Amino acid sequence: MPYPDEIVLPLRQHAGNPATLCVKVGDHVERGDPVGLADGWISVPIHASASGTVTDIGWWPHPDGTMAMAVRIKVDRYAPQMTRPRMVPHWEGLTVDQVVQAVQDAGVVGLGGAAFPTHVKLAPPADFVVHTLIINGAECEPYLTSDHRTMAEYPDRVLFGIRVMMQSMGVPKCVVGVERNKPDAIAALQQALPTDLDITILPLTVKYPQGAEKMLIQAVTGIEVPSGKLPVSVGVVVQNVGSVAAIAEVFETGLPLIERIVTVSGHGLRRPANLIVPVGTKLRDLLAFCDGVTPDAAEVIIGGPMMGQAQANLDAPVVKGTTGVVVLEKHETRLDKVYPCIHCGRCLEACPVFLNPSLLGDFARVHRFKDMVDEHLADCMLCGSCAYVCPSNIPLAQLFQASKAALRRVKAGAT
Amino acid sequence: MSQSITPKLVVTASPHVRSQDSTPVIMWNVVGSLVPIIVAAGWFFGIGALLVIAASSLGALLTERTIGRGGTLADGSAVITGLLLGLSLPSGMPLWMAFLGGAFGIGFGKVVWGGLGQNVFNPALIGRAFLQAAFPVAITTWPTVGGPFLQLKGDLFAFPFTRPSLDAVTSATPLGLLKFEGKTTGLMHLIIGNTGGSVGETAALLILACGAFLAWKRYLNWRIPVSILVMVAVLSTVIHLVDPRRPDALFMLFSGGLMLGAVYMATDMVTSPVTNRGRWVFGGGIGALVVVIRIWGGLPEGVMYAILFMNALVPFINRATQPRVFGTHPGSSR
Repeated sequence: MPYPDEIVLPLRQHAGNPATLCVKVGDHVERGDPVGLADGWISVPIHASASGTVTDIGWWPHPDGTMAMAVRIKVDRYAPQMTRPRMVPHWEGLTVDQVVQAVQDAGVVGLGGAAFPTHVKLAPPADFVVHTLIINGAECEPYLTSDHRTMAEYPDRVLFGIRVMMQSMGVPKCVVGVERNKPDAIAALQQALPTDLDITILPLTVKYPQGAEKMLIQAVTGIEVPSGKLPVSVGVVVQNVGSVAAIAEVFETGLPLIERIVTVSGHGLRRPANLIVPVGTKLRDLLAFCDGVTPDAAEVIIGGPMMGQAQANLDAPVVKGTTGVVVLEKHETRLDKVYPCIHCGRCLEACPVFLNPSLLGDFARVHRFKDMVDEHLADCMLCGSCAYVCPSNIPLAQLFQASKAALRRVKAGAT
Repeated sequence: MSQSITPKLVVTASPHVRSQDSTPVIMWNVVGSLVPIIVAAGWFFGIGALLVIAASSLGALLTERTIGRGGTLADGSAVITGLLLGLSLPSGMPLWMAFLGGAFGIGFGKVVWGGLGQNVFNPALIGRAFLQAAFPVAITTWPTVGGPFLQLKGDLFAFPFTRPSLDAVTSATPLGLLKFEGKTTGLMHLIIGNTGGSVGETAALLILACGAFLAWKRYLNWRIPVSILVMVAVLSTVIHLVDPRRPDALFMLFSGGLMLGAVYMATDMVTSPVTNRGRWVFGGGIGALVVVIRIWGGLPEGVMYAILFMNALVPFINRATQPRVFGTHPGSSR
């Protein structure tokens, strides 16, 4: 999409420490210039996604529903939007540390939604041996197709990113998990497979939440990551397809992560599309570019309809972790009445990690958080499957999220 | 980019979409599936059957309306209780008793526990157990099947606390005939339903068909009726082989209230286990208790007590059959 008149870049677009500001009001920035620098190991810099002038630095609505420090840039209408000349490092000549550094400097984060800094996963702790790299192309959220388009349209870039990761990390094996409902993506990747690397394209059952990290690992390797452990403890590292493509871009063009593919969809939208969107584009501008919303549009969600965040303010910008924007119509929302739990047990059948959401929900309502811990609340990944199937419309995922937050507060108060 | 977008935004927590089934949809589908059974009850037992069902439903609904939490009639669960209770009563039952049973079932079987979803015991069976205790004669007086539709049999319009007049033409149920007189009933009669018995329990095949519809729509869990019926069949076959005077499996399956109980009473979501393993245990337990009560108990029929007893065990069954949490090993979880 074309550059909007203004972009807003929150300094916190990733898991870990927010970036530290490195520009001031009135500064002119070129496209690709940093506006914030990484603060520590689990942090990445933020780069300007368009050339322009910094007009304001202050609190701005963040798509996660909070306010965050953000840099507002008035886009220069007549700028050619070229990046400054830069050296593209030839990755084969770099050491592992240099590759990791280059990825961090480019601000690459997990593009599947969680926005965990990618370079951290490239450098696992020395006491773990990674035997398999898994690329997450499952994309199980309804509506979202940005990973699908990435795989179908840029298979070479995806596979180049895989090559960089495998060879720099020394991982012998890679499996790309793709849900079966994307045959064109599977075919495109198969066509582009290199002969010198052990890469498998694995079609997966179409189900939600197939793309959840631990679900994917189980589907690909048959291993259940132990409760409370990281995937690396079973020798596996998972990267999202989009992140791999972003890594590839670092070593192809030298460009930092300043734009991403965003699915804009939903019945409430006039013209659904997958767009390459500059990071920092306001939702208002993005929806306007898609010819706006229908009269019945009621809910604007960043991310997918299962785990995404409903937006209260359309001035919130697209950030690095924004996989999609879904606009639902009024009748699709969950405004119905909530009935008492009738113990139908559907949530138990739906839960991918085999919890008892019915029981956990009862505990949550009476604030028995300690009992929830005993019932493995920590293993809940808030996928929302239980609330989706609940005939009584009980907001189970919301109850669990609130309970987790309450437990964090208790923990913070105790230390 | 000139177009301004200002829809009135809805902000809810994720997930933002949900499946189409809702609790009222489930409940009203169950009610709908009972319609053929009610029609059959009218066909076999005449208008008296319909009046009994109406009286118990009225009792249930009025109680839910007056002492319930308010606005809960629309969810359909009170209707189910009233209809099921009516279907489990004889067609000659004085109407005030049926009404009282419906009121008791909702009041003591559901509302005092906290309303929908909170009760431990099936409300319809609580109502029936109350009637069984209070009016043991009336509830075991079964008018004969057949006759003109509008003929009133039994003592429908008796006033409360008057001595019931037992001048109606009555007949024992197949189970009663077997237990007290040693007579058997033909299998075809049992399957179709033109035998003595409570108004809605005799048409075994029809109940099975309605249950299959609900199971196909996933409004009842098939594991419960299947485990009950299999357990009854296996146990009664074994007993029949040891002692051929005892009834065989087919008679046990298609007689009495077993079908109605297995398909409609035991599968009440509120009072049955939430885990699938638990549902097998629950159904198996009911099946075993039914056989034990029918063969060795003092009563000819045992479905009601079997289900109520297993209802009481549901919390323990739930706890014992929790699934293994992803990424944990059995035994390490607690």
